[in-house]
Amino acid sequence: MPNIQGSTTPPIAELPPIAADVLVIGGGLSGTWAALAAAQAGARVVLADKGYCGASGVAATSGPGHWWVPPDPDARAEAIRQRMAIAGGIADPAWMERILDITWTTLPTIADVYDFSTDEAGTVQYRGLRGPEYLRAMRRKIHRLGVRILDQSPALELLADSDGTIVGARGLRRQRGEAWTVRAGAVILATGGCAFKSRLLGSHTNTGDGHLMAAEAGVDFSGMEFSTYHTVAPAHSTMTRSMSFAFATYYDGEGREIAVPPGDTTRTLARAMLDGPVLCSLHRMPADIRERLRRVQPNMMLPFDRGGADPFTQRFPVLLRPEGTIRGSGGIRLADDDCGTAADGLFVVGDAATREPVAGAVSGGGAILAAWALSSGVIAGRAAAARAARQGRRTDTAARPLGQAGLRPARHAAAVDPRAVTAAVQAEMLPYDKTIFRRGPALARSLSRLEGVWNDLRDHLDGEGAATAGETVQARESAALTAVARWCTRAALVRPESRGMHLRVDAPASHPALARRLTVGGLDRLWSRFEGPAPQPLEHPVVPQAGAA
Amino acid sequence: MISLVIADRCTGCQVCVRVCPTNVFDAVRGGPPVIARQQDCQTCFLCELYCQPDALYVDPDCETPAAVSAEEVERSGQRGRYRRDSGWDEWAGDPRYANEHWRMDQIFARARALS
Ligand SMILES: Cc1cc2nc3c(=O)[nH]c(=O)nc-3n(C[C@H](O)[C@H](O)[C@H](O)COP(=O)(O)OP(=O)(O)OC[C@H]3O[C@@H](n4cnc5c(N)ncnc54)[C@H](O)[C@@H]3O)c2cc1C
Ligand code: SF4
Ligand code: SF4
Repeated sequence: MPNIQGSTTPPIAELPPIAADVLVIGGGLSGTWAALAAAQAGARVVLADKGYCGASGVAATSGPGHWWVPPDPDARAEAIRQRMAIAGGIADPAWMERILDITWTTLPTIADVYDFSTDEAGTVQYRGLRGPEYLRAMRRKIHRLGVRILDQSPALELLADSDGTIVGARGLRRQRGEAWTVRAGAVILATGGCAFKSRLLGSHTNTGDGHLMAAEAGVDFSGMEFSTYHTVAPAHSTMTRSMSFAFATYYDGEGREIAVPPGDTTRTLARAMLDGPVLCSLHRMPADIRERLRRVQPNMMLPFDRGGADPFTQRFPVLLRPEGTIRGSGGIRLADDDCGTAADGLFVVGDAATREPVAGAVSGGGAILAAWALSSGVIAGRAAAARAARQGRRTDTAARPLGQAGLRPARHAAAVDPRAVTAAVQAEMLPYDKTIFRRGPALARSLSRLEGVWNDLRDHLDGEGAATAGETVQARESAALTAVARWCTRAALVRPESRGMHLRVDAPASHPALARRLTVGGLDRLWSRFEGPAPQPLEHPVVPQAGAA
Repeated sequence: MISLVIADRCTGCQVCVRVCPTNVFDAVRGGPPVIARQQDCQTCFLCELYCQPDALYVDPDCETPAAVSAEEVERSGQRGRYRRDSGWDEWAGDPRYANEHWRMDQIFARARALS
């Protein structure tokens, strides 16, 4: 039995390496789909999750609705046209078409483990699933197919052979104080996005570990400036379930109703919250919907039922929970159509990957992200299985651990408190005036502070030397949070315009020449470049006055 | 934040120790687990879903630990409510707790029509 109270902490014991064809790191929505596809293709699959595969990740606490369009060419073309129109010029209709198709054909294949509902007309409803049931079903499905699941087993670092090919990973079984090693023919990163521990529902284990591991393997990122999505929730709660807020009326501290222009809820509320408290009432929700709310979203009412206000007759305070890259669209850059990365043997799926091809510069929440998690999982799972079949398992070759910051100090070990690191990162990444309303000079100051935090932890934070597995994990997480914060801030700084969710108050216009993807990378020295054709000269971009936001 | 392991309801199955995404509990052989890392709790309520004897209570305040007693939870009617509303385990198939999640799109459409 794990972690018996009162027993002394044993030293971390290295477990013998496990051999696999495919290792999936992360057991949320995309990781379970990847594991399923790889196992169905005949691969021997190991999946490791930091928490529990089935309860971890942001889909397990929500209700993922998928992008769901029947295979009618006109309907598909119209759906893609609508998304391309808002995507800020950086999405790719071919990728959209692909995920529509994979989602449509694949989602119904879990009907043996997920009890899809039927509407009054007897039509099976596939599009939206309840999160806890969906992930529980995915776990059952992969378990039946023989996937070996390692719960409470955060990955710490990737392993590479002498040519830099990724051949596995190493991590901890944190409840047992043991270190695991998996040697695999291919590794799939499915570690989700990163919300900087903002208390967004279900996001606490998504600390950007996969991003940091990828960077250590030489991989870079795209779209990290698109990391400013926020969701309203009752104050002091994690309950970022937005459906009911479609009926919301908002008030300022004086009790005056706040006019919310359609499509501009987040910025309007954020502006009001920077000035004072914002209250909300759900009195406009019709009685029949109130009555069935708990059957639609059983968790939505928990903050109210458990000591809160009656949201239909009383006003209650609300806030916005920052989502970082989770319902943003930036992430690890894709190198090919198989969800491969620039590192040989390494694939990426779900929110850990850039979602620009399918969502562009706006959020894909509500439909596209779940379809992407599923489809990228299927694509990478199959490709990873095929790769492993071609190459065979190579468990005997030498493998070098790639982990640096947060695990092995570059200089001498010294006291660095991971909690203080996390707090310093949050001070730059969570305030609305720094993320929703970005300004060049403030971004530059944030970046310089984050550089200081990074240098200190890289030089001195000794996660490997920590007394407990939990502290090792915490140290590594703090390094990952810092790394992701630096890439997001750098990207926001070097995109001197506004596009999609990225708002530069000091450059509110979109510049046609910048309708291109922005790559950022680097660990110790950050770099960035705009992709695609050379820009036209930046002639007089329109710069309206600050405050126009 | 996780507030209570209700000892006289708990069977000591240790399921919550396994499923908690943030590893909040420590197992105790033959007894109720302890809340060892309350500050790590992500207030996701999922441990309540997986605790069939309804021996756990998660307070919705994710910032400040709540002082709440087992008696208060019992009186509030909230013990096990989330698991029941979700139609898990013995509540599966009960039409009062049917999964109507699929109605979300209709509800969003009603909201759009109203505004
Ligand atoms: C409130 C909310 C509602 C949403 N609703 C919708 C919707 O209706 N429609 C839609 O399309 N999208 C929706 N989304 C987005 C959708 O849930 C995500 O896109 C999807 O969950 C991404 O899947 P993922 O597997 O990449 O990430 P996650 O589901 O977050 O899973 C990541 C997993 O990686 C694990 N992990 C992290 N680090 C490590 C490590 N070091 N080692 C091992 N494991 C690790 C985590 O524990 C976690 O289990 C919603 C998101 C939120 C926050
Ligand atoms: S899941 Fe419930 S019954 Fe089982 S150990 Fe945890 S609290 Fe006790
Ligand atoms: S609410 Fe979630 S994070 Fe908190 S103890 Fe329960 S399962 Fe763990």
